[in-house]
Amino acid sequence: MRDISRTRTGWANRLEHWLPKLVLAPTTLAMIVCMYGFIVWTGALSLTKSGMLPQWEFVGFLQYDKLFANPRWDVALSNLVVFGILFIVISLIIGLFLAIFLDQKIRLEGAIRTIYLYPMAVSFVVTGTAWKWILNPGLGIEKLMRDLGFSDFEFRWLVEQDMAIYTIVIAAVWQSSGFVMAMFLAGLRGVDDSLIKAAHIDGANVWQTYWHVILPILRPVFFSAVVILSHIAIKSFDLVQALTGGGPGYASDLPANFMYTFAFNRAQMGIGAASAMIMLFGVLAVLVPYLYSELRGSQRD
Amino acid sequence: MLKRSIAVCVAAASLALTPASYAAEVEVLHWWTSGGEAKSVAYLKKRLESQGVNWKDFAVAGGGGENAMTVLKSRAVSGNPPTAAQIKGPSIQEWGDLGFLASIDDVAKTNQWDALLPAVVSDVMKHDGKYVAAPVNVHRVNWLWANPDVFRKAGASIPTTWADFMVQAKKLKEAGFIPLAHGGQAWQDATVFEAVVLGVGGPEYYKNAFVELDMAALNSATTDEVFRVFGELRQFIDANSPGRDWNVATSMVINGEAGMQIMGDWAKGEFAVAGKKAGTDYVCVASPGTSNAFTFNVDSFAFFKQSDAANQRAQKAMAQEILGTDFQKVFNLNKGSIPARLGMARDEFDSCAHDSMNTFVSSAETGGLVPSFAHGMAVSEAVAGAIYDVATNYFNSSTSPADGKAQLVAAVQAAM
Repeated sequence: MRDISRTRTGWANRLEHWLPKLVLAPTTLAMIVCMYGFIVWTGALSLTKSGMLPQWEFVGFLQYDKLFANPRWDVALSNLVVFGILFIVISLIIGLFLAIFLDQKIRLEGAIRTIYLYPMAVSFVVTGTAWKWILNPGLGIEKLMRDLGFSDFEFRWLVEQDMAIYTIVIAAVWQSSGFVMAMFLAGLRGVDDSLIKAAHIDGANVWQTYWHVILPILRPVFFSAVVILSHIAIKSFDLVQALTGGGPGYASDLPANFMYTFAFNRAQMGIGAASAMIMLFGVLAVLVPYLYSELRGSQRD
Repeated sequence: MLKRSIAVCVAAASLALTPASYAAEVEVLHWWTSGGEAKSVAYLKKRLESQGVNWKDFAVAGGGGENAMTVLKSRAVSGNPPTAAQIKGPSIQEWGDLGFLASIDDVAKTNQWDALLPAVVSDVMKHDGKYVAAPVNVHRVNWLWANPDVFRKAGASIPTTWADFMVQAKKLKEAGFIPLAHGGQAWQDATVFEAVVLGVGGPEYYKNAFVELDMAALNSATTDEVFRVFGELRQFIDANSPGRDWNVATSMVINGEAGMQIMGDWAKGEFAVAGKKAGTDYVCVASPGTSNAFTFNVDSFAFFKQSDAANQRAQKAMAQEILGTDFQKVFNLNKGSIPARLGMARDEFDSCAHDSMNTFVSSAETGGLVPSFAHGMAVSEAVAGAIYDVATNYFNSSTSPADGKAQLVAAVQAAM
């Protein structure tokens, strides 16, 4: 080692030392400015009386008071809870089962896997538009069933205030469960065969093998899937915009739609910024415990 | 940078070639990108280019101009606003208050805009007593579009009051038609709500409650009645309406599926495209109870401060052109609206436009000429948004009139 470094010039050594830092500098800078800088900027805006354009007149937490007094924000927040929980849980369950079924060394696995994964290749706007037609009572499922002779068939969640949010869950699950399946499938392939054989020798049936041996091994996959799904849930915007437009009324609004409407359409940038900060806290509430457990875990290793 | 230097070269060349030219350009932000609207803008461009003003198109597509406004804000904040932008109503005042707008008062004085424009319109165009914007058209929002064929088949007559509307709509419904074609989007809900407010409460109440935002008027018994009538309309629309675009609703009237639609006069374009004739194939009447009133929605261009002297002259040339008789005629024939400028030759316009022009003049005298709150003419974006929220939520639920009123009062107060 020493011989080689001695034959190099000092210049090359210095280059080797600085090159990685130079290469990473633009990315780091862009991230500091565009991510953290703008987070601070948004936080500051949320404390001002900014309307159409930023105005630096600080008003304390007035915008947050206004935000939480707004019935539309209540709807958006409770929708996020309903949507987030259902979307994550259903996607996990469907994804896990699809992965387990695909893992049974079946024929045509490659083709089936691609079919399930395919919705992920479509953008949420396309998903939303397609499901809008499928769920529309006058065009989609309801009309199909009625044309088939079931004249009393009714399926009109899309146009019902109380049910519209569930149509968003349906479309989002359709889009994302294939992706969850892929994650679990990768995890399942990583499980050591000898562990399964050992379980069999100990007399465990299939169910017990999965529940007591394989699923615990997949714990990190669960965590990653939950983190990825929950940030998809919190930033969901385009799906709502394309599928329901937030309607009927504003019954299927999510916080991201609320933020966009107030910041850009209604000249209430302060309230928009405040709602963005609340969304950020929502993401942090999920991420911080996860990162904490990850970091602790890696230290222990 | 390259583009700009080319533009400068072109401008310089045109200065050299055409004497008495402005040798400058106007950059115009607008969202008129579809059919008749795009044609109208192209005409303005042609007129200006014939005067040697280079037109730099800055079109940002997207329905109500939300995308365009977002772009405009970022351009303005970075100190590089366009020459003119499509801004209307109280937003002109907001931009003026922020100090972005240029006075074009000398153009207005030379061309006597004060005499050409009704006071309610010119007030909107002025900031601090000086003209900063020029109106291109006047839309009437309180129209009821009806298919006479449907009414004949159902044995109904076209209603003129809200009480009558309920009776006739029931007849249509019993005959198997959808009485009211409607698209369940917030702005369309608000458009119908506005028609109910004006028809039930009259112009005086409308102005007090929804323009001046007088809490006593908003809290009055009239508001209860408004919400009661508005709520009654829920039964006359079809279940598939949520999310439907307005022009799809119009086509339901055109093809005889539905009897009526409440929509501004831009709906006329849809009838024209379908080859229908006003008066025979379709009927335009004022929305119930508003025959002597006129909710106006005026599109206008606001002018931004320019540092370059040549561009300032170009800006003024554009302002003058917009209120010229040629542009006003061509633009409004294409768009379905009526000219903002009074006293123009009207023989090329159709019967609906004639009715609109007559009411525009007469209602200006009687006080029935009111700004549309559903189309950003009456109140700030924040308050208009609050009214939208209440109206759309009420119309799509089974909220009681009393609760609707309470929500409206609370929302308006919070947004002020």
